[in-house]
Amino acid sequence: MSEPSASPANAAAAMTDGVTAITLERPTGMGWMVGVAVAALVVVLFTAALGYLFMTGVGIWGINIPVAWGFALVNYVWWIGIAMAGTFISAALLLLRQGWRSGVSRFAETMTVIALVIAGLFPIMHLGRPWFAYWLFPYPNAMGLWPQWRSALVWDFVAIACYVVVSLMFWYLAMLPDLASLRDRARRRGAQVFYGLLALGWRGEARHWQRHESASRLLAGFAVPLVFMVHSMVALDFSEGLAPGWHTTLFPPFFVAGALFSGFAVVLAMAIPLRRIYGLQDHITDLHVDRLARLLLAASLVMAYSYALELFGGLYTGDHHELAMLENRMTGIYAPAYWTTLVLNALLPQLLWSRRLRAREGVLLTVSVGVIVGMWLERFMLVITSLYRGFMPSDYGTFYPTMWDWAHLLGSLGLCALLFLLFLRLLPLLPMFEIRRQMHEEDPS
Amino acid sequence: MTLATTQNHHRMEVDTPLRTLTLADYRRQREAPRREPPLPSLYPAVPRQGQAWGMSIDLGACIGCGACTVACQAENNIPVVGREEVKRGREMHWIRIDRYFVGPSENPRFLFQPVPCMHCENAPCEVVCPVAATVHDSEGLNLQVYNRCVGTRFCSNNCPYKVRRFNFLEYAGGKDESIQAQRNPQVTVRQRGVMEKCTYCLQRINAARIQARTTGRELRDGDVITACQGACPTRAIVFGDLNLVDSAVARAVSSPRSYALLRELGTRPRTTYLSRVSNPRDDGAGEDR
Repeated sequence: MSEPSASPANAAAAMTDGVTAITLERPTGMGWMVGVAVAALVVVLFTAALGYLFMTGVGIWGINIPVAWGFALVNYVWWIGIAMAGTFISAALLLLRQGWRSGVSRFAETMTVIALVIAGLFPIMHLGRPWFAYWLFPYPNAMGLWPQWRSALVWDFVAIACYVVVSLMFWYLAMLPDLASLRDRARRRGAQVFYGLLALGWRGEARHWQRHESASRLLAGFAVPLVFMVHSMVALDFSEGLAPGWHTTLFPPFFVAGALFSGFAVVLAMAIPLRRIYGLQDHITDLHVDRLARLLLAASLVMAYSYALELFGGLYTGDHHELAMLENRMTGIYAPAYWTTLVLNALLPQLLWSRRLRAREGVLLTVSVGVIVGMWLERFMLVITSLYRGFMPSDYGTFYPTMWDWAHLLGSLGLCALLFLLFLRLLPLLPMFEIRRQMHEEDPS
Repeated sequence: MTLATTQNHHRMEVDTPLRTLTLADYRRQREAPRREPPLPSLYPAVPRQGQAWGMSIDLGACIGCGACTVACQAENNIPVVGREEVKRGREMHWIRIDRYFVGPSENPRFLFQPVPCMHCENAPCEVVCPVAATVHDSEGLNLQVYNRCVGTRFCSNNCPYKVRRFNFLEYAGGKDESIQAQRNPQVTVRQRGVMEKCTYCLQRINAARIQARTTGRELRDGDVITACQGACPTRAIVFGDLNLVDSAVARAVSSPRSYALLRELGTRPRTTYLSRVSNPRDDGAGEDR
């Protein structure tokens, strides 16, 4: 809020006015229009590329035998990792009663939902016969067949499905009171109807608040274990396999850490430009940015430890397939991916030890974008370098992405950008009701 | 012009997939057979009731001619994918010939090893399939159910022998009538997006079983000849019922030369190999068998 206010009640109202005005009053900027135009164009191309994929088959990608999994899996794991941090920041900090979360929770949750939707596309695109994807779902059918429960892919399917449902509900439920604020402040009829429908008849009664509160906590209680479960399941997709470099018990915690790591990086990389553009420095404060940077640093340390442990595990087995895999990873044709991963994920974030550097937005942006790229490379390294050299020399192969591999990666980024831009324009950017509560708790007069 | 090849130059890793014995080694082994005990497994042993199909390939006899690959291709309607797809590593052969070089690089000896599906008793491909499209039958065959396969390709990633082949594109479709007429009507033509692999010529097993039943007798050794076996000019490939005492394959498996590929993984393959025995001259100038 820019204007000084006479009383806390006025301050809260002014804050609500300010945040709703971003959605309702603020003129649609040129930057936003251009962004949406570009993103929409990419989405159109993505749709065309998807159509071509479904018509022709996964052979348009660079995958082969032995490298039967390629970008689709890399992108899937990467996106689902990005989807983790929103829930973690929102739900875990809600349960821990960390009030400061409210500044970043809404757009972090939105990022979770968007990334999850996109992540969910890739396993379907990845299938040889995507029109039968529903066979992974346990439904009564004429064939009398269930999914094959020993396969981690089934566990993963169930985990992701749960996570989509819970995180969507959590996101929407948390938005209800704010949607009602938008409805009440909207002047145009169209906006009133739009937000009125979305607000589901929220009237702000004490009963509503009480139920909202308990439902939020309940969903948060579901969501937090799900965060850990989902990424553990994703890890099991790999560690259930016997390929050297996949077959390790390290994977579930390693993947959870990696997911939170990339998620924190995305939240940080979005918070910095967002607060600039929308003038939200009062809500996304330097304190938020500093805490996110610390979380990023902590996750980076866990990642560095995991990389070391992965190396140690391979050496400790003394198995020559494992040793050959490590050697190939470090010196083979995909070695640049390995070393860049180490630099971006383990080395670069060490800059954040310095309080001075943590206060510099340029440094934070560089580190977090580096981490986002580094995590993609890490997924690439894990998927490809474990497959391209198998147990016998006759199994050796290579993987080179085709234009379509890149098209689907870029397309997914475009889809994310488009959905996020629409969110910025159409939905409440900050959880206003939480900020109001916090203002009240700080100064209850 | 680069050749589209399926076998490239690589260092042979420590455990050679292709085992050779010198004559002296072989004699020692024959005197005191060193049986490798079975590896522990969390899964119960597969009961070997009825027929237990198995294959043994004699590496001493294999001359690497590739007749088995071609015969298999003709028998099982395996699509020819063309040069570009082969260069991408998408050949569809259900049995491939691995080639190894031994000795000085200017004049190496060539060793060949045909590799079909191993029909592992503890098949790593089966546990990872989310839709149970690859399953075991009561006779120890590792089956691929084409119309159940959704194409996750996890089975191929988990196959240490990499004998599974995937229809990355519509390889079988859109061919002219001459190719359609040439197909074996007893074998399913596979759609795109489906995994496939060696079946031990399941259609021939069934044909032999029906033949035996109609003539009112038991299946005998030699009733089932797989396509690769029938085409092999040196009779390197032996196929049959491991439960049948004194069947050719049971005799081969009990040989001191018999070994399982990548045994250390505990997959318990039904396809096994007979090591190549050679009798090198003392001056190392070559092989005198």
